Amino acid sequence: MLDKLRMAEQFIAALPYSAALGMKLEELNDGVSVIAMPYDERFVGDPRTGVIHGGAVSALMDTCCGAAVMSHPSNPGGTATIDLRIEYLRIAKPGQRITARAECYHVTRSVAFVRATAHDEEEDNPVATATGSFTVEGRR
Amino acid sequence: MSVRGKPEAVHIVKKRRDSALRALVDGVPYIKFLGIEFDRRGDELTGVLPFSEKFIGNPMLSALHGGVTASFLEVTSIITLSWAYLWDDLEAGIIKVDGEGEPTLPRLPKTIDFTLDYLRSGLPRDAYARARINRLGRRYASVQVDAWQDNRDKLFAQATGHFLMPQRRD
Repeated sequence: MLDKLRMAEQFIAALPYSAALGMKLEELNDGVSVIAMPYDERFVGDPRTGVIHGGAVSALMDTCCGAAVMSHPSNPGGTATIDLRIEYLRIAKPGQRITARAECYHVTRSVAFVRATAHDEEEDNPVATATGSFTVEGRR
Repeated sequence: MSVRGKPEAVHIVKKRRDSALRALVDGVPYIKFLGIEFDRRGDELTGVLPFSEKFIGNPMLSALHGGVTASFLEVTSIITLSWAYLWDDLEAGIIKVDGEGEPTLPRLPKTIDFTLDYLRSGLPRDAYARARINRLGRRYASVQVDAWQDNRDKLFAQATGHFLMPQRRD
């Protein structure tokens, strides 16, 4: 268990931009990944409301979807985003951390399909959803 | 407003437009965090993202993080859209930027959805982006945005987004 957690920490630390946004991997197992991003005033997109910029949420979604692909039991050797669509359902409450949960629900020899949702501290009311397709690089 | 008066001196026009653009861009912390700048030619804007080591997503390939690309394209879309939205009021003098304090700018558009196409991996160098507004309605806007690095016709990413426009009463 400890090893798994350490691996998860290393996974994020190895992605400089994810580390720059303070992302923390909370769960990574069998094609499912959960990553949290703390509220930070530097990531604000609308100074009048203090709401986090959509771009930072996109970065969280992209990282979380990529992590879900990497943890899929088919063991991809690497992955890159082909396309990602994000829907912003509601404004995330200023001051609250945002947590994304991604699920890689299908993998072919070349493509992985992923969907994700993100919520703030009000867990059952999502702030954003995403769907994406990702490349599958050589198996390990 | 003088309809047939002498055209304004070029330095006055430039100062007005540049200060409005600066106020629009500098007000957003996340744009500062990324270090994105905007080049202006008349009303046309080009987003510029100077490379930084913190933007790397895959250290093995030294490629830009997909989230950096997504952020850059969304920032460029929102600023281009706001710029188009405030241009007429700015030119008509309804938005004043020559005063001492910060000009009062309208609220920013809100992203409804954003769809990104990652065409090739982002290289560890500066990136550029330009957005095209396909429709700017009273409530909704549709924007397409291209991003490139060394060659203008070799895009490394492209996106389409829909936005909710600020309402005058906001």
